[in-house]
Amino acid sequence: MPSFGAHAGVTDSSKSVFHLWQGFSIAAVIIGGLTVLLMLWAVLRYRRRGDAIPPQHQYHLPLEIVYTVVPILVVFGLFAATLVVENKETSNPKTNVTIDVNAFQWGWQFTYPGSNALVYGQTTQSPEMVMPVNTNVHINLTSTDVIHGFYVRAFNFSRYALPGVDNQFTIRAQSTGTYFGQCTQLCGLYHSLMFFRVKVVTPAQYAQWLDTFNNPADAAKAAAAVKTTNEELATGVASNPSNTKFGR
Amino acid sequence: MTDVLEPVQHQGHGDHEEHHGPTGILNWLTSTDHKVIGLSYTVTSVIMLVIGGLFAEIIRAQLASPNGNLVSLAQYNELFTMHGSVMIYLFAGPFAFGALANIIVPIQIGAPDMAFPRLNALSYWLYLSGAITMLLGFFTAGGAANFGWVGYAPLSNSLNTPGAGADLWIGGLLLTGFSAIFTGVNLVATIFYLRAPGMTMFRMPIFTWNMLVTAILILLAFPVLTAGLIMLYCDRHFGTHIFSVAGGGVPVLWQHIFWFWGHPEVYILALPFFGMVTEIIAVFSRKPVFGYKGMIFATLTIAALSLGVWAHHMFTTGVVLLPFFSIMSLLIAVPTGIKMFNWIGTMWRGQVWFSTAMLMALGFLFTFLIGGLTGIYLASPPLDFFTHDTYFVVAHFHSVVMALVLAGMAGLYYWGPKITGYMLNEPLGKAQFWLLFLGSQLFTFPLYILGLDGMARRMALYPHDPQWKMLNDLSSVGAFVIGLSTVIFVINVVVSWKKYPAGDNPWDAHTLEWFTTSPPPHHNFYRLPQIRSERPTWDYNHPEHRTLHHGEHAAAEHAPEEAPV
Amino acid sequence: MKVEAKILLGLGTFFGLMCLVYWNWSLENAGGIMMFAGMLLGFLPGGYYYWWSRRMAPRPEDNPHATQPDGAGVVGAFPGSSIFPFVLGMGAFFVVLALVFGIWFLVPGLGLVVWALLGGTAEGRRGGQH
Repeated sequence: MPSFGAHAGVTDSSKSVFHLWQGFSIAAVIIGGLTVLLMLWAVLRYRRRGDAIPPQHQYHLPLEIVYTVVPILVVFGLFAATLVVENKETSNPKTNVTIDVNAFQWGWQFTYPGSNALVYGQTTQSPEMVMPVNTNVHINLTSTDVIHGFYVRAFNFSRYALPGVDNQFTIRAQSTGTYFGQCTQLCGLYHSLMFFRVKVVTPAQYAQWLDTFNNPADAAKAAAAVKTTNEELATGVASNPSNTKFGR
Repeated sequence: MTDVLEPVQHQGHGDHEEHHGPTGILNWLTSTDHKVIGLSYTVTSVIMLVIGGLFAEIIRAQLASPNGNLVSLAQYNELFTMHGSVMIYLFAGPFAFGALANIIVPIQIGAPDMAFPRLNALSYWLYLSGAITMLLGFFTAGGAANFGWVGYAPLSNSLNTPGAGADLWIGGLLLTGFSAIFTGVNLVATIFYLRAPGMTMFRMPIFTWNMLVTAILILLAFPVLTAGLIMLYCDRHFGTHIFSVAGGGVPVLWQHIFWFWGHPEVYILALPFFGMVTEIIAVFSRKPVFGYKGMIFATLTIAALSLGVWAHHMFTTGVVLLPFFSIMSLLIAVPTGIKMFNWIGTMWRGQVWFSTAMLMALGFLFTFLIGGLTGIYLASPPLDFFTHDTYFVVAHFHSVVMALVLAGMAGLYYWGPKITGYMLNEPLGKAQFWLLFLGSQLFTFPLYILGLDGMARRMALYPHDPQWKMLNDLSSVGAFVIGLSTVIFVINVVVSWKKYPAGDNPWDAHTLEWFTTSPPPHHNFYRLPQIRSERPTWDYNHPEHRTLHHGEHAAAEHAPEEAPV
Repeated sequence: MKVEAKILLGLGTFFGLMCLVYWNWSLENAGGIMMFAGMLLGFLPGGYYYWWSRRMAPRPEDNPHATQPDGAGVVGAFPGSSIFPFVLGMGAFFVVLALVFGIWFLVPGLGLVVWALLGGTAEGRRGGQH
């Protein structure tokens, strides 16, 4: 099936969203195509050929009922498909890994309750959120100042970080890699620079990474390592688009 | 069939002959004639279109390369904020219900003026001062407002956005908001109380119907925005904490209030243009509007549903009821679809005349179809999570508003001759159409792809990627082509200035405004025809070609008229 | 007048139903209150028009068979040109500028507003210019 410009992504729900996208697109192409054909036919076939006055028909009740009822049926079909994916995406299954994400002007802080791990970076640094693969990861998202948007393209997902609200959702990534994320809700002067990365690793690597924070010397090193300094901003935001933009 | 023509009598404090008011600038300042006020609105709102368009061209020039350094990050934030604000608050709305509705609605229903002429003049002065207030921000030390045209709290509070620019934005919106409310009151009163004899509600032209529904929506929506702006001002200056967490407030409340105004506002912008297109398609197909009553029903349904869809702008906040807003938003596709099919049905078996106005209206149909279909995706929360705040959304609503610009141009080409008495140049108009239409598609299509590829909106810089650069370049070229089309429009106005006299009814049109002279006299009519359908002028000019109802055939055309009571 | 009343009452009823469903389902107050107010905005003028429509003589614009002479007589009083909408608008402009640039803008602002109110009322009584 064609992708209609979207992509499957790397999480459980991103794939459902992709299939929903395809379903909506097929409906849109059929309805839109039909409408364009009718439009073209009406315009070309009935273009003015003389001064004759055409029959002055105004109503055709059966026809009008058809094009009222059929769209209603289509809409309820789309709504049913939406509900299925929506319930799946907003369900909060039991999880072992929790990450607290805190957005601020203009950066991100990722903390891991139950461990010493903390990753922090702002504007010209893109902090990395490390998470294990094939595990339900529970995310608590909030903001300390204005509204920010947590958006990871490879997850087909975004959610506002609202001050005073603890937004919760669950991600289950299916493949390892580094994925590009950024703030999508206008948050002030350096909104254009508020990037982050999501690094999905194997559970063993994840445990090892968490462990580095228990040794203060290693922790400083680890924290420095994940704060990829984005000097590239002057020359281009992400150094290697094929790696960082979408991870595809 | 008898067409009794009777002189119209209205009471303008004794005299209803020619108008002997002041002339020149004093006429502009003191006139209460709806046509003069409407013309002021037209000129002012088209100037706003040009200003907002210039902002857009700067934005597109900045985005032509990933690290554009045409403007600074701060200037970029001001530019897109004021681009949105000028286009939404100062162009689209006032052009629809201030300019064209003001001029056309009273004439279409056979009224001598708006119901409250002095209130109408006040609306214009509030609109003009609101526009000046908002734009004054560029001349203050901190620059204009820079928190996006939606002004989300807490970014718009005094801590994050100090300075006069934001306050001027609030002040400008208060003034234009009151202007809109007064125009809404005026339109409702005019349509309810000043119709000509025989002009029953279900004989009003679709444009007037849509303006009535628009006016009701204005009265429902704008007071909410005004209240929200006052709360925002109190938060900024009087130490209240309505929208700030620190004092126990709720930031999302601003979004609820803003979008409770903002989504009906979308239909406040769109319905007048739907009405224009309906009239134009019917006239240039030489047929009545197909499914006239269905069209009215669809308009009322859109208005009813529009009050229950606001939070589809807030799906990603995580604190709104997703299924309710999803189904309400999806359902709006149904009446909109009915309109689309009725427009096609109007052209069906007609005699489609490709004048500039009709071409613009056809351009509207296609562009609006694209914008409407992509809107259906956004009514689905999972798909909105995926595309929210990316260029997909930007492309969606720019398809819609470019469709409205096409419709507005159609309205200017169609009603311009009535307002001024002179036609615009048709070849230049057609050149303008093709540039505007193709430019719009070239401008929006790359943005859809960019959005699906993950490009976020409101970014002055974007990741280095050859494909992204190419798509942005294409979009910028499209934007410049649109700009060029506006230049051609201005040239057309200059070239055709008082050159091609129009006559009373150059299009063989249907409705009452084409029965009077071009431009209409003071108090609009010397005489009125008998009104027996929604097309009194057509009935008068073509008594043998009256409207056929369902089941009737052309042979029945000469059946006797129903007996007058 | 009946059709006008029914449109507003119909919209008000729909908003009322929507308000019930939404408020009970979401328990979110801001939207519930705004929808409730929307319902009132349908019912108040709609009810007024409906009340009147049952008491007034049918108007020629509601009669599908009316002829133009039926509408003969005074349509309404339309004022001639007047400077006072402009004065009032500029007054409002200065009042809003007072919100931004300082309270002293209220002096010319309120001055213009008061002038417009007095002058406009007096002009209305005289009948205005033509």
